[in-house]
Amino acid sequence: MNAQQKEMLLRIMELQFAATELNLYLDTHPDDMRALQEFRMRSQELMSAKMEYERVYGPLLNYGLGMTGRTWQWIEDPWPWEVNWRRS
Amino acid sequence: MWVYQKMLQYPARVRSTNPRLAKVVITQYGGPDGELAASLRYLTQRYTMPIPEAKAALTDIGTEELAHMEIIATLVYNLIRDASIADIKRAGMDGYYADHDKALYFVNAEGAPWVASYIQSKGDPITDIHENMAAEQKARSTYEYLIQLSDDPDVTDTLRFLWQREIVHFQRFGEILNLLHDYYGRQHVFDMKGWDPKGGQ
Repeated sequence: MNAQQKEMLLRIMELQFAATELNLYLDTHPDDMRALQEFRMRSQELMSAKMEYERVYGPLLNYGLGMTGRTWQWIEDPWPWEVNWRRS
Repeated sequence: MWVYQKMLQYPARVRSTNPRLAKVVITQYGGPDGELAASLRYLTQRYTMPIPEAKAALTDIGTEELAHMEIIATLVYNLIRDASIADIKRAGMDGYYADHDKALYFVNAEGAPWVASYIQSKGDPITDIHENMAAEQKARSTYEYLIQLSDDPDVTDTLRFLWQREIVHFQRFGEILNLLHDYYGRQHVFDMKGWDPKGGQ
């Protein structure tokens, strides 16, 4: 995985984390409109960052929820446990 | 249903081969207070939850725990991937190697396999949420012991992330417990509508 792909994926992971955290908070505070607004914003950013990534590197989601190009990129290495995240 | 996202929740880094550390970290994979136990506990309790907030929180936290299981697996896999037989013997991991090679298996730090009796699903939502709050505290303590044992600063960084998540989940379960008390408080009054608080019938 090259530096640019890693950088894009790391940004997606950050946005995914923000959305996950807000999601859990909203489960117990469904009437918090500020949190809901924040969630909607992060979720939009996350979706567009994923689309941009998937256009080049293939789908991040299986079962038809990711973006599939002209080749079956889903099987391509590296899988998440194989990515070297060490800062060099 | 579930779908898979081809990424980790957190960039799990490992500095160097360290089967000694893998041998203890693996308890958060298949140990009594590990991520498999957490995930299965919440995902199986959700069916009998009476309020929407509880059904959602158990589904979402149970799902996040699956992502944590993958992070732990990634740490263990990378800590032992390049270990030699001599490394494995020195680390006292030869017993594990005899049964599993370097494959991932659900065991605690002493090699005991995961069992369903680590978890409970009691049917009483108040009881189940108390169990979950205790489970989050036990997992938090385990991460603190693992951080003490870790001699790899990169692994420590990921353990600290997971440690923080236990605290957030504990907080969410505490809120669910309050919501359940409100719910049963309302139910209680409804069920006893013939009862006069001033003492008459």
